[in-house]
Amino acid sequence: MKSLKSIKVKRFVISVAGVLIAYLLQCTLFDKLSLASVKPNLLLIITAAAGFMHGPRKGMLTGFFSGLIVDIMFGNVLGFYALIYLLIGYVNGRFQQLYYNEDFRLPACLIAGSEAAYGIVIYIFMFMLRSEFDFLYYLSHIILPELIYTIVAAMVLYPLILFINNKLDAEEKRSAGKIG
Amino acid sequence: MKKKKQVSFKNKYILIFLTLVCIMLMLLSVFYEKIQGPFRVAANLTVVPMQMGINQIGGWLEDAGENFQTMKQIQEENERLREQVNQLIMDNANLQEDKYELERLQELYKLDQNYAEYPKTGAHVIGKDTGNWFSTFTIDKGSLDGIRVDMNVIADGGLVGIVVKTGPTWSTVRSIIDDSSNVSGMVLSTSDRCIVRGDLTLMNDGEIRFEQMENNNNKIEVGEQVVTSHISDKYLQGILIGYVSEVTVDSNNLTRSGCITPAVDFKNLQEVLVITKTKADITGVENDN
Repeated sequence: MKSLKSIKVKRFVISVAGVLIAYLLQCTLFDKLSLASVKPNLLLIITAAAGFMHGPRKGMLTGFFSGLIVDIMFGNVLGFYALIYLLIGYVNGRFQQLYYNEDFRLPACLIAGSEAAYGIVIYIFMFMLRSEFDFLYYLSHIILPELIYTIVAAMVLYPLILFINNKLDAEEKRSAGKIG
Repeated sequence: MKKKKQVSFKNKYILIFLTLVCIMLMLLSVFYEKIQGPFRVAANLTVVPMQMGINQIGGWLEDAGENFQTMKQIQEENERLREQVNQLIMDNANLQEDKYELERLQELYKLDQNYAEYPKTGAHVIGKDTGNWFSTFTIDKGSLDGIRVDMNVIADGGLVGIVVKTGPTWSTVRSIIDDSSNVSGMVLSTSDRCIVRGDLTLMNDGEIRFEQMENNNNKIEVGEQVVTSHISDKYLQGILIGYVSEVTVDSNNLTRSGCITPAVDFKNLQEVLVITKTKADITGVENDN
């Protein structure tokens, strides 16, 4: 029982580290790697992955804290990004039943969908409400490039997340087996 | 089956609870600014030190890269710089003369405010906005270093932006190319005022927009300097914003608008200077916030 708990703690620590690393990379290194002044949204990948791998609750919590960091450092009001990422984590969590480890198609679709929703929500609340109605420009210059770049980043990042997750799963099974 | 349903119910409760937390935070931070304080301290203890560390590593790597420049290049550069130094010494002597003259004349005119000599403090850029929609960045100095909201930020002799929030050892700066930024500007040669507005659609081209300039007989040419105007209540007077790159007369025939190439290279911003006096300090007008 004790070792099961320690794996839970391990999972928690790894998710916290994941969110922090994603945030740090996004605001330092990836700024230099931006193409056409667009960079991928790593926090969204982490949030979506937490959702469809571990269910709505983990997705929500991961999203909430990812968004909160962005809010504290760069947002205008506290809670705006937290709410967006929270909902993204929850919706992705609802797809947990359909999720199957080795298949990249569902994660890719989910991340793309989340990214599109994220872009459109930000456009509506931060730009349309300030009467900037040129949606097609924003779609073609920000939302779609960010979506594509994020999918490309996910192709690299997802196997890594999967690898860590599988390792933890195996450890969990082993310690569960010992008890039984 | 029953258990599964319970779990899904529980999740919904968590969703509703966290959503309410978010909405409450939003409302609170709109009406009660101080609520953000504890969060900023928390950020100071967690992500900010790491950001500074990464920034330092980046700096080392860059230095290491520069070391690979060949000796010969450096020698050539040295020679060129020596020549330049000689030239500058001569120029400097001339300018000193001008300076004394200026001082004398200023005294004559009793100009008590010398805008060229704002107190400044240097800071490093430690992180850019995580999204692609806005252009804000964090610097490694905060309220403990005397940075306050509304302080102007400059680099390369031009206006970069304004401090919008401060944590204990970090602050966030909104640059003038940000889509929500508005600066009251003035063409230096003719003193025509205009509004300089950041625009996301021009950000890729490295330009900003200006508008609402009176369409009078003053001819504005491409390449003229635009500086911050004296009527702005946030930006100090006379800081260079950039150079006019395009002017057109609006369809109403009353105003002119166009584009400005900023004096600052926003893509490669590493160090900035924060002017440690706000406009309110200088004019003596207390800000409501």
